[in-house]
Amino acid sequence: MSQANQKQPEHRLPSPVANPENKAFLEAAQKDELLIKYCNSCKESHYYPRTICPHCGSDDTTWVKSPGLGEIYSYTVMRRGVEVPFAMAYVKLQEGISMLTHLTNCDFDSIQVGQKVRVVFQETQDGQKTHLFEPI
Amino acid sequence: MSFAANKYDACIAGIYEHPLRVAPNHTVAQLHAEVARGALQDAGLTLDDVDGYFCAGDAPGMGPVSMADYLGLKKLTYLDSTDTGGSSYLTHVNHAARAIAAGQCKVALITLAGRPKSEGSSGTQVRSQWASAPDFAFEKPYSPAPLNTYAMCAMRHMYEFGTTSEQLAWIKVAASHHAQHNPNAALKDVLTVEDVLNSPMIADPLHRADCCVVTDSGGALVVVHPDIAKTLKKPVVTMMGAGETTKGQMGGKVDLTYSGLAWAAPLAFKEAKLTPEQIRYASIYDSFTITVLIQLEDLGFCKKGEGGKFVEGGQLISGKGKLAFNTDGGGLCNNHPANRGGMTKVIEAVRQLRGEAHPAVQVPNLEFALASGIGGALGTRHGASVLIMGRLQ
Ligand SMILES: [Zn+2]
Repeated sequence: MSQANQKQPEHRLPSPVANPENKAFLEAAQKDELLIKYCNSCKESHYYPRTICPHCGSDDTTWVKSPGLGEIYSYTVMRRGVEVPFAMAYVKLQEGISMLTHLTNCDFDSIQVGQKVRVVFQETQDGQKTHLFEPI
Repeated sequence: MSFAANKYDACIAGIYEHPLRVAPNHTVAQLHAEVARGALQDAGLTLDDVDGYFCAGDAPGMGPVSMADYLGLKKLTYLDSTDTGGSSYLTHVNHAARAIAAGQCKVALITLAGRPKSEGSSGTQVRSQWASAPDFAFEKPYSPAPLNTYAMCAMRHMYEFGTTSEQLAWIKVAASHHAQHNPNAALKDVLTVEDVLNSPMIADPLHRADCCVVTDSGGALVVVHPDIAKTLKKPVVTMMGAGETTKGQMGGKVDLTYSGLAWAAPLAFKEAKLTPEQIRYASIYDSFTITVLIQLEDLGFCKKGEGGKFVEGGQLISGKGKLAFNTDGGGLCNNHPANRGGMTKVIEAVRQLRGEAHPAVQVPNLEFALASGIGGALGTRHGASVLIMGRLQ
């Protein structure tokens, strides 16, 4: 089943929807930067980002820039029922938090759990950028 | 209000599963009404006896407000529209039993119905998420759907514990052995492990046959005060223990190898004063084969990571294996009405306790049964609910 390599047309990503809590995150993505939320109170990162830390309840949370390095925690290649196959994954960042994302610039048949990946940014259907990951 | 203090605090007196699997000429409200009437007739009661009503997000309009008027329920003193997806109906039984034990109602009706088959949902297409959900912006670009998020659970379980596609296939094979005896089942063919593995790969590592059926249909339950149950003709099924919770992505500390039942099941077993070894029949929520495997571990039927070995070789086939499961064919082969399988899980557990399951799959002299539900998606966020029931001797 090699129908799903990158010679196929790209899966066109839907766009994220902005709100006051994710504005900084989405604006950073337009500059190819990945922001994550860090809690000064419990010294833990969390994802998805929010105003109040889900680990300890403190509102002393700040945005920090992530290098976007991590490994594949799990993945699946969606092969049927979609116009273009895509590889969905949870990527676990070095900071210890996992993000739902897509994998790109890779052969879908050779993806491995535990594989090292880094963040890349890709345009969505209406020209906003959002993060994906590619194997290193 | 614990069931263990008095295990006859509430009883399930009525069950009904709609026989249709495709219902293009029904409205959803009509299906709710047909299953409501069916369950009340099964109990020997009428709409006039109902003073508690429970429904979830599949109910049209303003939930219980719309449906109570449509159904003609005039004496309601208790309403609940808790929606935790497919696990809602197990949670409703738990809530109904507590409300009855607290004196808030005496006859509770729970209904489910829907028409995803007629309305064109394939069960594999990407579904929209609710735009108001706080996590929406962080998931929408990646098109999560039930199927692909469950597939990631399967992939991780395989990676950590060596679980195989063959082992997952045994779950479907067992369900298909049961479904051959159910004339209403959507899929009645007996499958082999090879049949499952040869079906098309939909989202690695899940094949088409690892998935449940998509059906129009519905079901209803009637939960009553024990004083009422004792006046009715059917064998009395009593509530013994229940547990419910939710599990999500935990601030990014994602672990896809277990469900919320890892927390909820010990509460239910403690309340019922039973252990998993005492359960010979279980209705296990089966949206996908991996859903069953992870729950078997979390419910305590085997250790974490050993679900694959537990199900191998037909161990879930009634009369053959060590634990009979989903003897109606389950969501995998029989019915997954409205993409929400919790209702039919309770219904088959009650059939088993009454001795009304098909003779080919009935567990003899069954004292206790368990039903479990996972609502939402195992790989992102879900409700988890479990009931332990007993037959009044
Ligand atoms: Zn904190």
